[in-house]
Amino acid sequence: MLEYDFMQNAFAAAAIVAIVSGLVGYFLVLRGQTFAGHALAHVGFTGATGAVLIGVTPIWGLVVLTVTAGVGMGAMGERLARRDVAIGIVLALSLGLGLLFLHFVTAYATQATALLFGNVLAVDVGTVWTLLWLGVVSTGTLAVISRPLLFASLQPELAEAKGVSLRLYSVLFLAIVALAVAECVQIVGVLLVFALMVGPAAAAQRLTIGIGSGLFLSAGLALLEAWTGIALAFYTDWPSSFWITALSAGIYLFTTLPTVGRAR
Amino acid sequence: MNAIEFRDVALGLGGRDVLADVSLEIATGEFVGVLGANGAGKTTLMRAVLGLVPASRGTIRVLGRPAARGNPAIGYMPQVRSSGSDLRLSGWGFVAGVVDGHRLGLPFASKGAHAEVDRVLDLVGASDLARRPLAEISGGEQQRLLLAQALIGRPQLLLLDEPLVNLDPHYQGDLVGLTKSLRAKLGVTVLFSAHELNPLLGALDRVLYLGRGQAALGTVDDVITGPVLSRLYGAEIDVVRLKGRIFVMSGGHDVERDTHRHDHGSRHQRTGSLLGAQHGDA
Repeated sequence: MLEYDFMQNAFAAAAIVAIVSGLVGYFLVLRGQTFAGHALAHVGFTGATGAVLIGVTPIWGLVVLTVTAGVGMGAMGERLARRDVAIGIVLALSLGLGLLFLHFVTAYATQATALLFGNVLAVDVGTVWTLLWLGVVSTGTLAVISRPLLFASLQPELAEAKGVSLRLYSVLFLAIVALAVAECVQIVGVLLVFALMVGPAAAAQRLTIGIGSGLFLSAGLALLEAWTGIALAFYTDWPSSFWITALSAGIYLFTTLPTVGRAR
Repeated sequence: MNAIEFRDVALGLGGRDVLADVSLEIATGEFVGVLGANGAGKTTLMRAVLGLVPASRGTIRVLGRPAARGNPAIGYMPQVRSSGSDLRLSGWGFVAGVVDGHRLGLPFASKGAHAEVDRVLDLVGASDLARRPLAEISGGEQQRLLLAQALIGRPQLLLLDEPLVNLDPHYQGDLVGLTKSLRAKLGVTVLFSAHELNPLLGALDRVLYLGRGQAALGTVDDVITGPVLSRLYGAEIDVVRLKGRIFVMSGGHDVERDTHRHDHGSRHQRTGSLLGAQHGDA
């Protein structure tokens, strides 16, 4: 299957996105902010469809709107954490606006399906390079801030007392999450970002209790799920996003078995 | 040099003065129990020492310097609100996350950090716990890890905010005994806040009792008396001593125990006790 250009592109894109998602997702699960990842993906749908409407590549619309929303959510911090009604309404509005934007463009159905559920087999070389640069920026920033971010996540009050700005790291981290979400949408779509951002990280935290091993395993599992999913899609002709979600759920469920997920 | 000095200090929280015109001095090496009803300002006082709550009036000096955020000489164990963490992270990783946590970089422990984590885990007797995920150890065992985190960086002053909350009496005694031995071994000054005086009786040098914006600092015999506590609670208080234990009573109710129960969600208004006049935790 690797003789086809589109398959090479798909594997390359999936590798980049899986590693970014696995690393960022590990902190997302650790901080208990998985819902924020979901919310940012929905907001991204408005951005992507809006970009299509004004004739820009969808990924840039995604990036601009998810990062803006991520920074906003981080800055509001605690005040937003308990506003699940407000968040829910904004999520619905985001999808509604995206629908309206798509209504005005002709390539309605294919665009909508690709954005909502992903279409990794349609990724071109240019997009792979874009994904690579976005991935370098997001994981690079994450690497620089990861120690204070971990401190602020594990022990916020102590971190604050030691001079760590909780607000700053909350904003920076959600901006990184926003970039990762924008990348993820290219592979599994707006509705399925959980499959790559949460599934592998949650499974990794059940299998190992160290930070380094957890990060490594989370990225490794994401990569395994994404590549296997694409290969299965090639041979079965079923959608790759289905296979990735099935693998993500399957591996997580496996780790919750009493004899497996003891994290010794 | 004093560990903590308050000079005519007022501390406000949300437009309300939690403490007003408080002056006190705590010498280095002292073990001071901080007591008072919910909302009396125990947490606010500690956050002021940490430089997180600025004094609206007066000056606060900590170890000879004005109180400022990020003071590495203070170890802090914040109050735990839930009964335990469900993190699937090792106790070792949980403690190691604090070492140099304010510096940018990757979260992997250096050789020095490794030794520091092992040192503090050994001090609190939690070296074995550290190999298990937080989700699988008890609340009392998690408290030991929190205490280990507070000891990172060899602080001279330990602020322990309600470490006995949610612990059964057996674990309470263990933790107080452990803190007492740490004070002797490391020569640190300890501020230990609690709802109840009795678990601390064998360990503390002096009591800092807070109430109605005021503070009383002194030995147990000086502070835990009817007149002093009546002033702090704004109600008639009787102090009853029984078999080496001390009960603070108002209108037939044990005030400290009532506060404790109140903290666990009981909303009953006890007429004759002080509960009706209490606000949320400050």
